[in-house]
Amino acid sequence: MSKLELKNLNKTFSPKVVPVKDISLSVGDGEVLSLLGPSGCGKSTILRMIAGLEEPTRGQVLIGDKDVTRDRPGDRNIAMVFQSYALYPHMNVHDNLTAGLKLKKTPRPEIDKRVAEVSHILGLDDLMQRKPGQLSGGQRQRVAVGRALVRRSDVFLLDEPLSNLDALLREHVRADLKQIFAVQKAPVVYVTHDQTEAMTLSTQVAVLNNGYLQQLDVPERIYTHPANQFVAGFVGSPQMNLLTLPCQGQYALLGDFKVPLPALPTVPPQIVLGIRPEHVQLGEAEGPAMVRGKVFLVENLGMHNLVSVRVPNSQGEPLTLRILVQPGQWAERDLWLRIAPESTHWFDLQSGDALNKRG
Amino acid sequence: MTTITRTLPKTRSTEPAPTRKPSFDVRQILFWLAVGAIALFCLAPILWQVLTSFKVNEDIAAVPNVYFPTRLTLDHYIELFTRRPFLRYIFNSALVSLVSTLTCLAIGAPAAYALARLQPFGGRVIQAGILLITLFPGILLLQGLLEIVQIFRLGNNYLALIIPYTAINLPLTILVMKSFYQQLPKDLEDAARVDGYNTWQMLTQIVMPLTLPALVTTGILAFIFAWNEFIFALTFITEESMKTIPVASAQIGGASVFEIPYGPIAAATVVGTIPLVLLVLFFQRQIVQGLTAGAVKG
Repeated sequence: MSKLELKNLNKTFSPKVVPVKDISLSVGDGEVLSLLGPSGCGKSTILRMIAGLEEPTRGQVLIGDKDVTRDRPGDRNIAMVFQSYALYPHMNVHDNLTAGLKLKKTPRPEIDKRVAEVSHILGLDDLMQRKPGQLSGGQRQRVAVGRALVRRSDVFLLDEPLSNLDALLREHVRADLKQIFAVQKAPVVYVTHDQTEAMTLSTQVAVLNNGYLQQLDVPERIYTHPANQFVAGFVGSPQMNLLTLPCQGQYALLGDFKVPLPALPTVPPQIVLGIRPEHVQLGEAEGPAMVRGKVFLVENLGMHNLVSVRVPNSQGEPLTLRILVQPGQWAERDLWLRIAPESTHWFDLQSGDALNKRG
Repeated sequence: MTTITRTLPKTRSTEPAPTRKPSFDVRQILFWLAVGAIALFCLAPILWQVLTSFKVNEDIAAVPNVYFPTRLTLDHYIELFTRRPFLRYIFNSALVSLVSTLTCLAIGAPAAYALARLQPFGGRVIQAGILLITLFPGILLLQGLLEIVQIFRLGNNYLALIIPYTAINLPLTILVMKSFYQQLPKDLEDAARVDGYNTWQMLTQIVMPLTLPALVTTGILAFIFAWNEFIFALTFITEESMKTIPVASAQIGGASVFEIPYGPIAAATVVGTIPLVLLVLFFQRQIVQGLTAGAVKG
């Protein structure tokens, strides 16, 4: 029913501080859009502009085809979960949940009905009379989500809601949030710097950097088809191997070895090769797209070992490839590695854009 | 004099104890000795006044000193309220202090909020100016204020005290409140705005309850200043029925020039102090309660 649309949004604090340069997005009913990016990429500013806490310098915010760019936050019918939860410390949980509804003069029975519903979903029944100070971090977080849910708003905004929880709790709450998002219909905008949250929770991920949208896609394609070098390096853990290599004919020179280039209109003098550590395969012997290197560092990640391999380079500095392998005795070994063409990514050195848009 | 020698254990308590195991007890003893000594040091003058106010006149004048009176009397207190309009003085003091304190908070708190949150142009200069004013000795203002009071014909008017007290207390109020507002998480106000509070509702229903401890603390400080202020009250008010307690206490005279009525003066001091003590004791709970509520992060 409702739809959130951003048109050419720009926020300029001063000529040198422009956190959001030009962003256009749209989120429909039942969609969960994650704004993913490193700190300072403008994601929180975008959210605050949707909420009306910051006024855009240029551009428009539309909710359900209505221009709300100049409306006050209270008139936009939005709900927001803050990173610090921002519960009112002097009110108990019940008052925290109902404060917004009372201001809107919602009839009493309606308020009671909604609070009962939300508190049932979030398990807040026993906490109603407590003050935020008497709640644990996880409970506060649930109250903060509850306060947003009772509003039945047109748009649901979350600003890094899980970053103050410990790792174990975060996984639980993440799963809970996913179910809540599925039940309620309004468009959700979710700001995070954690790629796991973005991948698991959203239907669409917008990767941001430097105030610009880098890629807007479904989570799977963000991982499999990064649009540029930034997205490739930011999404995925451990980080993708990104190597700047000289080109020679139809090959890129990885140290003393040759990796075949994809079909390109023109072969640039240098190119950036990207391959995820989990996609580097172990090989037996010399062959096409095979490189040989010596292990110099083994990091145990539990399920896997992250092994750093140094590939000799007669032209200059040796290159380092990091690969994910089964745990075992890897230290100091010489390995043959296969850089499989189906799992390589190629980026332009200057622009950083992906060169082989596969699929 | 005795009080000074008694503070000595305090310095000794800071020395490291010689051995580990029994040192715990020694430290405890020294600690409480120090606490007692400091308390005695601070409270001895007040205790002396209280005791004097209950002594009969012969004991007050007796040589050697009678430290702890055996004969107690309420005569000095009765005298205060029968021969002088002391209730009236208390009322005057209370009215002037209360009105100036409330005005001070009503002006200072919004000003502090504006300085802390809106960051107005020249805010830093304004703040430096406020800080500078606090350094200005109040007594230098007397001459100028007297002229102003004359021009506006405010002599023997409560306003002649209320306005200067408010003005003198404003810098402190603004500085304390500003630092408190700055500690308040901004997310709270954002959340309130998203919830649909307008600015006035946000300030009165969200921000003010949270700053209550700071309001009470600065309010008490302002109140104590106004309650104790002497020079302005002495200069601007000459009418007997409008005098405040400090002035009235100072003007208690004896039957002759050579007789100093120590008893009534002591009683007046005690009467003048009791409201402040009650005020602080009463609000102490509020302060502690308020502080714990405010300490809850977001």
